[in-house]
Amino acid sequence: MADQWTAKLDIYLDGELPASEMQSLDAHVRSCPSCAADVLNRLQLKRTLQSAGKRYQARPEFRKRIQKQIATRPQTSAVRLWIASAAALAVLLVGGLFLAHLGELRLARQRTFSQVADLHVATLASPNPVDVVSSDRHTVKPWFEGKIPFTFNLPELQNSEFTLVGGRMAYLRHSPGAHLIFQVRKHRISVLIFQDRDMKGLSSDSGAQTELSFNCESWSHGGLRYFVISDASPDDIRQLVELLKAAARK
Amino acid sequence: MEMPEERLTAATFEELAMPLFDQLYNFAHWLARDPAEAEDLVQETYAKALRGFSSFQPGTNFRAWMYRILRNTFLTSRSGLKETVPLDLADDAEVPARSDTPETILLERSQQQLLQTAMEELPLPFREILLLCEVEEMSYQEIADTLSVPIGTVMSRLSRARTGLREVLRRKLKRT
Repeated sequence: MADQWTAKLDIYLDGELPASEMQSLDAHVRSCPSCAADVLNRLQLKRTLQSAGKRYQARPEFRKRIQKQIATRPQTSAVRLWIASAAALAVLLVGGLFLAHLGELRLARQRTFSQVADLHVATLASPNPVDVVSSDRHTVKPWFEGKIPFTFNLPELQNSEFTLVGGRMAYLRHSPGAHLIFQVRKHRISVLIFQDRDMKGLSSDSGAQTELSFNCESWSHGGLRYFVISDASPDDIRQLVELLKAAARK
Repeated sequence: MEMPEERLTAATFEELAMPLFDQLYNFAHWLARDPAEAEDLVQETYAKALRGFSSFQPGTNFRAWMYRILRNTFLTSRSGLKETVPLDLADDAEVPARSDTPETILLERSQQQLLQTAMEELPLPFREILLLCEVEEMSYQEIADTLSVPIGTVMSRLSRARTGLREVLRRKLKRT
C-alpha cells in the first residue's frame, strides 16, 4: 500500500512535490512506519551524498588565476589604453616629423631668400653688374640661349616706368638661372629666374615679403621660379611682378 | 540567484561568478575525474562566460547558465566525449525505487568514501544530475535549465540515478 508513495519519496524529500501532494504524503509518512523508515534512510543517503559530493577543492593559486582572468576587463581597457597611447605617440611622432619637415622647408625657404638677397646685393656692388648690357629684351633674352637650360619671356616695358638694364648668369642652390636687372627711377630691381624643380620648399606664390629689408616676391609659373627683389617700394615690385607674369602667360 | 534587470558589467560578472568558483570546480572535478582537467574546464568556463556575458539574459538563472557552460565545455572535451557512450537512458521510463535500501548500513558505517567511489562508477548523466540535485541543491527547474531538458526528464533521470547509485552501493556492500 505504500508503493504508491515510495516512488514519490525522493521528490518529496527534494521538496518538489506539489503542495497538495506534499500534505498528503506528510500525513501518510506520519502514519506509516515503513514509509517513515524509508524516508529516514533516503534522507540519510541524501545528507551523506551532500557532504561526500563536496569532495574536491581547488588550489588557492588556481582561484587567484581565475580571479585575474575575470579581471581581464580592466586589462582589456589597459590594452586599449596602451593602443590609444601608442596611437597618440604615433600621432605625435608623425606630427613631430611633419613639423620638423615644415621647419626644414621654412629653413630652406629662408636660405633661398637670403641667397637671392645676396645675389642682388653682390650684383649691385659689382663694377660690372650685368654681362649683357641692353634695354632691349630681344637682345637680352637670346643672350641666355645655351647658357641656361630653359627660356623665358620678358615684358614689354615701353609704357611703364621700368627699364631693362641687362642680364647675367646666376646660380641658386647650385642651379643655373637668369639674373636680370631692371630699374625704376633710381632703384634697381633684380629678377631671378630658375627652374622650379630645383627650388623645393617654396610656395607657389610667396606674396610680398622682405629679406634684409629688401622687398621681394617669388612665384612659380610654367616650371619656372621667379624672384623679384629690390629696395624699391612694394608697389613698384608688384607692378613689375604683374608685368612679368603677364609676359610669362603669352 | 535570479538576476535583476540591470546593466551587465564586468564588475557584475565578477560579483556573480566568483562565489560559484568552489562549487564549479568541485563539479568539474567530478565530471572530469582529474584535477588538471578540472582546472582547464573551470578556466575555459569562466573565459567563455565572460565573453558571452553580454548575451546572458538578466532575470534568468545565472548559476544554471554557468553550470550549463561548464557542462557543455566538458561534453565537447576529449574525456567528455569518451563519457558520452550511448547509455540506455530511457528517461521517460519510470523506475520504482526498491525499498530494501542499503542506506541503513551506510548510516551505521558512515562510509562517505564508499559513496564517493560509488558515485564515480555511475555513468556521467547520473553522476551529474545527482551532484546538481544533492550537492548543489538545485531545484528541478534549475537542473532542467542546466541540462537543457524538460522537468519531466529531470525527475525520471534523477530517479534512475538514485536507483543506480543504490545498486552500486548494494554491490559494494556485498563485497565488503
